[in-house]
Amino acid sequence: MSAHTAVLTQSTGEWQLPDKGKVGMICLIVAEAAIFIIFVLAYIFYLGKSLSGPTPAEVLKLPVLGTVCLLSSSLTVHFAVTALERNAARLSALWLALTVLLGGIFLAGTAVEWHELIYKYGLTIRTNLFGTTFYSLVGLHASHVIVGLGMLGLALLFAVAGKLNGSHAHRLNVLSYYWHFVDAVWVVVFIVVYGLGR
Amino acid sequence: MMPPQTAGAMTFDSPPSHPKLWLDAVNEWFTTVDHKRIGMLYIGYALVFLLIAGLEAAVMRIQLAVPNNHFVSPQVFNRMFTMHGTTMVFFVGMPILFGFGNYLIPLMIGARDMAFPRLNAFSFWISAFGGLLLYFSFIGGDGLYGAGTAPDVGWFAYAPLTAKLFSPGHSTDYWILGVFLSGIGSVGTALNIVTTIVCMRCKGMTMARMPLLPWLYLVTSAMVFIAIGPLTAAQMMLGFDRFLGAHFFDVQAGGSAVLWMHFFWIFGHPEVYILVLPAFAFANEIIPVFSRKPIFGYSAMVGATVLIGFISLGVWAHHMFTVGLGPAGNTFFTLATMIISVPTGIKIFNWLATLWGGKIRFATPMIFSIAFLFQFLIAGLTGIMLSAAPFDWQLGNSYFVVAHFHFVLVGAILYMIFAAFYYWFPKMSGKMLSETLGKWHFWLFTIGFHLTFDFMHIPGLMGMPRRIYTYEADRGWAVWNMIESIGMIFQAAAILIFVWNVVRSYRHGEEAGPDPWDAWTLEWSTASPPPHYNFAEEPVVHSRRPLWDLKHPQAPDSDYE
Amino acid sequence: MSLALFLALHDMDDMPAGHAMTAMQTHESWWRRAIQWVTGLFSTPTSIFSPQATPAHTIFSLSMLVLAITLAIFLAVAGLMLYAIIRFRHRAGDSNADPTQVYGSNQIEVLWTVIPILILVVLFLSTARVISVNEQARKPANALDVVVIGHQYWWEYRYPASGVVTANELHLPASDPKAPTPTYMTMSSADVDHSFWVPNLAGKMDLIPNKVNVMWIDPHKPGLYLGQCAQYCGTAHAKMLIRVYVDSPADFAKWIAHQKMAAEDDPAAAEGRLAFEHTACVNCHTVNGTSAKGKFGPDLTHLASRDTIASGAIRNTPQNLRQWIDDPNSMKPGSLMPKMNLSSHELDAITAYMVSLR
Ligand code: HEA
Ligand code: HEA
Ligand code: HEC
Ligand code: CUA
Ligand SMILES: [Cu+2]
Repeated sequence: MSAHTAVLTQSTGEWQLPDKGKVGMICLIVAEAAIFIIFVLAYIFYLGKSLSGPTPAEVLKLPVLGTVCLLSSSLTVHFAVTALERNAARLSALWLALTVLLGGIFLAGTAVEWHELIYKYGLTIRTNLFGTTFYSLVGLHASHVIVGLGMLGLALLFAVAGKLNGSHAHRLNVLSYYWHFVDAVWVVVFIVVYGLGR
Repeated sequence: MMPPQTAGAMTFDSPPSHPKLWLDAVNEWFTTVDHKRIGMLYIGYALVFLLIAGLEAAVMRIQLAVPNNHFVSPQVFNRMFTMHGTTMVFFVGMPILFGFGNYLIPLMIGARDMAFPRLNAFSFWISAFGGLLLYFSFIGGDGLYGAGTAPDVGWFAYAPLTAKLFSPGHSTDYWILGVFLSGIGSVGTALNIVTTIVCMRCKGMTMARMPLLPWLYLVTSAMVFIAIGPLTAAQMMLGFDRFLGAHFFDVQAGGSAVLWMHFFWIFGHPEVYILVLPAFAFANEIIPVFSRKPIFGYSAMVGATVLIGFISLGVWAHHMFTVGLGPAGNTFFTLATMIISVPTGIKIFNWLATLWGGKIRFATPMIFSIAFLFQFLIAGLTGIMLSAAPFDWQLGNSYFVVAHFHFVLVGAILYMIFAAFYYWFPKMSGKMLSETLGKWHFWLFTIGFHLTFDFMHIPGLMGMPRRIYTYEADRGWAVWNMIESIGMIFQAAAILIFVWNVVRSYRHGEEAGPDPWDAWTLEWSTASPPPHYNFAEEPVVHSRRPLWDLKHPQAPDSDYE
Repeated sequence: MSLALFLALHDMDDMPAGHAMTAMQTHESWWRRAIQWVTGLFSTPTSIFSPQATPAHTIFSLSMLVLAITLAIFLAVAGLMLYAIIRFRHRAGDSNADPTQVYGSNQIEVLWTVIPILILVVLFLSTARVISVNEQARKPANALDVVVIGHQYWWEYRYPASGVVTANELHLPASDPKAPTPTYMTMSSADVDHSFWVPNLAGKMDLIPNKVNVMWIDPHKPGLYLGQCAQYCGTAHAKMLIRVYVDSPADFAKWIAHQKMAAEDDPAAAEGRLAFEHTACVNCHTVNGTSAKGKFGPDLTHLASRDTIASGAIRNTPQNLRQWIDDPNSMKPGSLMPKMNLSSHELDAITAYMVSLR
């Protein structure tokens, strides 16, 4: 009997399970992706169905700067993580700061765009189906950028205060997943809203 | 005699209980992050809502007992079915299943808690708040003007009836917010369940050795991510429409009513499987133990579950056969829907094979499970009738549909919830529920269930649409409706007996001991109720039935797997 | 369920008169009466099992097939389950030793995967056939077109070929199987979703704002067919009833000719007409040939030619009309016609005018 158990115990000696943070974050991302998919579908479904103007072609400009910034911020956050993994806390803080800056530029770009749409073209969420779906989709994404920036900003604060070290690399990594996700969503939004939809 | 890994837990008593202040106890429950307590909070909360939603059903049944009845006004009736459906699905079905999941999963996989205990508490409380908000609409629904009202748009709240134009006041807003919050809670709990199962299994418990209950919860939770998202998104859109003047579902501005239907049912159909998979999970644990055999075809069961999860994402438009999908759409969704019966059939047959050659003991959990088998079979077959699109052109939105889904929601899910209650209550409380009262509960409820819901098919076949507050005397529906309403009395009596059984057994029930059913999964290896930390020592398992191995060292399961 | 309880519960008024009377009058053995009574229970005016027109017939045949297959599955599977729980129950004298532990069998798993798939092939193919027969039927040249518009709690019917507009009571010509004249209904809604369902004639079809659906009916037997709105549409959803009159072709032609005429101008009702035209009624109702051109409520041009008002909820009698105009919500709670606060005298006059609109 005890021999029996011993044998079996041996075979299960190695017991490694995936990391909680990563798995949890992936779950969250799947759930959020489902929400975004529905908003994207609604956007596509209502393309060209507005009963009145303005139309996307008339008012939308390609947000090139914002897009470049947001996409490159995926790289910088990645560098922040690898730096922290190598225990290079100062370097990591630098990369983090750059990430926050790039994200901030993106948000500012959206703000400028919206301001122009509202005050120059009179397009609000109530104007027509384009306004409804545009502000909802882009706004939903922007709100995720804000949440991401908030969390990255917090990490940056810790870093500046010198409270960040290699043992936190793992958490920063999980956070970076979220940021990559926000970026990936932007790629879809960009293609649908500024590509397909214009 | 016993291997030390699990034996340690067996010898542990529940922690010494010293008298506490009443307020301390309340405070403890409010601030707890223990998965067992949160599980019980979920279950208790759901039971309270079961009584409330059942009461709403009672009001409907009284109103419909005879034609041209004036027991309640049409407005009240419409609120009753909306609140009944919404409550039963979001505030009874979901929380009670999450409750059992929360309680059982860490115990069954040999973990000490859920992966994220604080998130767990947060999820519960936000769902709970959603329910309160929904019910607050009875008082606050109409805003400043005093007389409150609950929403009356039906549980799937079809656009454009929910637009400001057709639903002024705030009642629909409460529906949106209440369900929205419960959705957030559901995603939180599902995330927790998946992470717990993936990351916290005890030593030796490979995925292939995991009991079926966590497996099914894993699939259910994965479906929650994919299904709740669309509902949340659709509700955000509806909220934008109502609060900000957007036009998603505003037909005057070119919005589409059909879009809402698609979004709702992309959620709604997977949702019904989200509700039923945990019921299957309970059956997977209970039927083997009372047949005294292992589950037949473990891997087929897992495979079938995963298949059901996948296919169910692609069948939603069978709720829309009458909206004019066109021949291609109707044909596709007929096919997709019918295919689900294959993996579901595999489950039925494996349960049957588990019974076969066993020594079946008819304890209360088992008789509920057996009734579940028959009732689910019937419900599935009426579902197949509905899935044949032309047949559905006649049956859709009739009482036949109401009969179909109560056969699943009550005949399958509620029955398995009762079974689970009788089966795991001893673990949770340390006390056995009374078998005598249990049998009374079972038989009264079964008589009532069949009086109400068997006969509900008939007026459906005879042209009675659902959601009507009254009907004409010349249609010949009266007899059947009267029978249904009588059945409702039996159901209510049975549920009162159940409540009494719980209260009484909690106080004076027989001591359960750690393993009253001579079962095989890990939760029965620790004390009843389990200590805060679940297991004194983290268990190590070598097969799907660790306690079987313990009890039968000469022929452990691990030799056969 | 004992028959005694059935009988005790049964209210004779609920029955189609014929069946109730035979059961009462003939003094046959109790079981014959019981059988008659039970069949009476099922032969109701809106049963899906007494089809009287083509789509309903086709659907009926399909449903019989589906019912037969599912019943067979039920008997087989439930039979096995019943056998298992009886045969393999733990009996009083049994030893407490556990039975042989069986873990599964791949062959048998394959078996009960393949058999259902085979059944499904049959089910699916027969269903797909009926779908295409119904939805891809060619429209004959002499089909009748009707536009159906759902409103919160009433139905609007337009006959584009003849310009007739009416409400709540749909008239169709019976169709000769040799030279079918089916009716094609183009459906939409003015407000929220509704669904048109007359079980004896066809399956249901939803009426959805911003969307046009088409359904067709090919009725063979003249008569009155009942149904009701089958999609929840608000407070008075339960009172949004449907009446379809299938007329012989000659009767139908007569009916159309009559409906095409402008409204009757009965001098005896002149006072009522004046009162009507000077009340808000005209904002919502149309009476051809008068200043009333409202579109929110039913067309009243030939109101008196209808058997019912308020979408089949109320018999069309002068008393009922008067009470309706006085306070619609007392008769049909939730109706969107407001209370007009007319004096008793005005009420009499307007009612008289309504009654004159033949
Ligand atoms: C837990 C809940 C649950 C479950 C499990 C199911 C299971 C199924 N349901 Fe049901 N359904 C609901 C809950 C559920 N349903 C609800 C709530 C509604 C109404 C919502 C509303 O409108 O308010 C609804 C409505 C609904 C409709 C829409 C009706 C309408 O509104 O017009 C349809 C149509 O296809 C349908 C079909 C099915 C089918 C085919 C299954 C299948 O999964 C069943 C499969 C099972 C079997 C078939 C039996 C076992 C199999 C065998 C023994 C193998 C051999 C069998 C064959 C080869 C056929 N359901
Ligand atoms: C899990 C889901 C669930 C459950 C368990 C039930 C349970 C019951 N349901 Fe429900 N039902 C739905 C989900 C469910 N239902 C849904 C989704 C709808 C569609 C809604 C819509 O159309 O929008 C619906 C609709 C629905 C209708 C159709 C309404 C209509 O279309 O007009 C009817 C009518 O009879 C009905 C009846 C019942 C009855 C009699 C029970 C019984 O089984 C209930 C038994 C329970 C009790 C009887 C409680 C007893 C307790 C007491 C009496 C004690 C009370 C004491 C205190 C509170 C102190 N239900
Ligand atoms: C605000 C709009 C409105 C006004 C004003 C109004 N009605 Fe109506 N009326 C309706 C609507 C809507 C219905 C359909 C009600 C239903 O069946 O639910 C209706 C139905 C009717 C019917 C029954 C028609 C049928 O075929 O079922 C009659 C008769 C009628 N109205 C007469 C009048 C008279 C007379 C007045 C004026 C004194 C009047 N209405 C004023 C909206 C109005
Ligand atoms: Cu119109 Cu229900
Ligand atoms: Cu479904």
